[in-house]
Amino acid sequence: MSAADAVPLSETPPVPEDEALLRLKEVSKSYSIRRGLFGERKTLTAVKSVDLALARGEVLGLVGESGCGKSTLAKILLGLEAPTSGDVLVGGQALAGQDRTKLARRIQPIFQDPYSSLNPRKTVFDIVSLPLRIHGIGDGPSRQKRVTEILDIVGLSKRVTRAFPNQLSGGQRQRVAIARALVMKPEIVVCDEPTSALDVSVQSQILNLLSELRREFGLTYLFISHDLAVVQHLATRVAVMYLGRIVEEAGVDELFETPRHPYTRALLDSVLTPDASLGVPDTELGAAFPNPIDPPSGCAFHPRCPKRFAPCDHEFPPTVPTKNGGFVECHLYRERAGASQ
Amino acid sequence: MQASQDDRANEPLLAVRNLTIDIPVGGGTLHAVRGIDFELKRGETLCIVGESGSGKSLTSLAVMKLLGKSIRPHADAMTFEGTDLANAGPKAMRRLRGDRIAMIFQEPMTALNPAYTVGDQLIEAMRLHRPVSKAEARARALDLLGKVGITAAESRFSQYPHQLSGGLRQRIVIAMALMCEPDLVIADEPTTALDVTIQAQILRLLVDLQRELGMAMILITHDLGVVARVADRVAVMYAGELVETGSAAEIFNAPLHPYTRGLLRCIPVPDKTRRGADLGSIPGIVPSLIGEVRGCAFRDRCDMAVAACVEPIPERNDGPAHSYLCVHDQAALADGPAAPDDREVPA
Repeated sequence: MSAADAVPLSETPPVPEDEALLRLKEVSKSYSIRRGLFGERKTLTAVKSVDLALARGEVLGLVGESGCGKSTLAKILLGLEAPTSGDVLVGGQALAGQDRTKLARRIQPIFQDPYSSLNPRKTVFDIVSLPLRIHGIGDGPSRQKRVTEILDIVGLSKRVTRAFPNQLSGGQRQRVAIARALVMKPEIVVCDEPTSALDVSVQSQILNLLSELRREFGLTYLFISHDLAVVQHLATRVAVMYLGRIVEEAGVDELFETPRHPYTRALLDSVLTPDASLGVPDTELGAAFPNPIDPPSGCAFHPRCPKRFAPCDHEFPPTVPTKNGGFVECHLYRERAGASQ
Repeated sequence: MQASQDDRANEPLLAVRNLTIDIPVGGGTLHAVRGIDFELKRGETLCIVGESGSGKSLTSLAVMKLLGKSIRPHADAMTFEGTDLANAGPKAMRRLRGDRIAMIFQEPMTALNPAYTVGDQLIEAMRLHRPVSKAEARARALDLLGKVGITAAESRFSQYPHQLSGGLRQRIVIAMALMCEPDLVIADEPTTALDVTIQAQILRLLVDLQRELGMAMILITHDLGVVARVADRVAVMYAGELVETGSAAEIFNAPLHPYTRGLLRCIPVPDKTRRGADLGSIPGIVPSLIGEVRGCAFRDRCDMAVAACVEPIPERNDGPAHSYLCVHDQAALADGPAAPDDREVPA
């Protein structure tokens, strides 16, 4: 269970305080939910006091089951949702109170479903040039030039400029979505399951394109995905989220080689690699993802955890730093926490 | 995952010969499925893998005779346990469906009726086919809910589908499919809408139940990881044809058809693909299947295409159960570009 001794070159270390391009500080987001017409109002805490930092040029993979708060976190980063408490710092400046259009120049999203994220009544040119028009960048001819350029970069021919989304294949649509995100030359791109709606052969094309764009433009990605093989392939650092908390964060090799949190292990065990000599794994995970409106006491993972012991059901687990700057939030590592403090 | 050792194991449970499915569209006829053959033994799992539009779901719907009225299927033979499905009427099919052949769909919410409780739907699934009392059906349903890993089954009985999570709903759908102990389960992307952890659990459940009850299964998916872990045999479908069929080991360890090889190069495999390096890809797009399709439909995307690819393609065999459609023989394919194990890993 010892940490990997050397950090491989391709991994990224934790981000020092002043170098973060983007930093979340104790960010929480809760919603007030009414169940049924006359039901009482209840609070759903989607993100619970999360700290997260992104350094320039890295790819932070964010993994977890549906309902764990990954997409809420993405929305907060994009400025689409305001956090209930905590701070979002972009380039060291607090996001609260800032103009959203200014933020949009630095952070852009690519969403999962290229069928619903593109306006069906607009042409590809309209869709890709809209950010330029909103931000008042350039005039007609220069926008035209910029759109043609960016379409070329994402591998779309000039011919599609006048096409409507329904005339394009899934892969082409996702390329349009990528072009729209990149036309503003952002620093950070939030990719929320960018390939899960695509076929295998198209998925690999889009993943290759994303890698290529990162190398070429020095982009920083927050890469949200449920496909751990894809995350392992693309990410430099990985954060594992469970019920609104990041329960483990580590460099990608370390996380995949020595997963610490029992939930991380269960996630890795669930990955079905294409190996015909293996059967379907037994993840030893209990069935149900807990109800976020009524989360379990203590460690939120304890009802499903194969390694739970005495303190797990009533005591909130400590955040234990690991050797290479990551952390794990689990009672199993508590003694180590005492030793390192 | 061997076929059951039953005496009947050697005669096919389901046999389909030369199935074609034509769909009339504005510009002519869409040849969605173009003359495919396959068979399934008792207790065996066949995975049909392919990308969207390859015809895999239509194939399963044709077996169940659930295709829309405007779609025209034709098969030289389609038999299930000696019953001629090709010529079976609607009444005979209704007796089979949900009883001897059950189906599990991708999206459990559309497979469940939102207006009835889980219990009512489970009980109905059995009473439609069997002369059992409500109490007997209820007992069977509770037993199955336990088997599919639903705790507190009694309390789930009176719940409506919208009150359950996606994983629970899919478990209910599986329990419903198993109410009459079918001989064949057709599962069309049963875990695609689910989280990875739930996917592994549901697949394991299906495989365990299948072994316990001796059911055969056709699993339709685009996920090669699922196929490798679940299948006894694999059929790779491309543009309406089965381009390669073989055991799971043959398809994953010694794929022959250039499309199968291309697909396997597209997915990142830990310890095989170098991190951050470009994944393999298949250039181009699936051709239109409207109008006459000649020769190999994959030739425009194939790096081994030759002039002969526009002519009818011979079916070749490598061993008794491994067949593929290609102008090249095994030796030529083995010398061809990039088998999955010597995939290029650029720095």
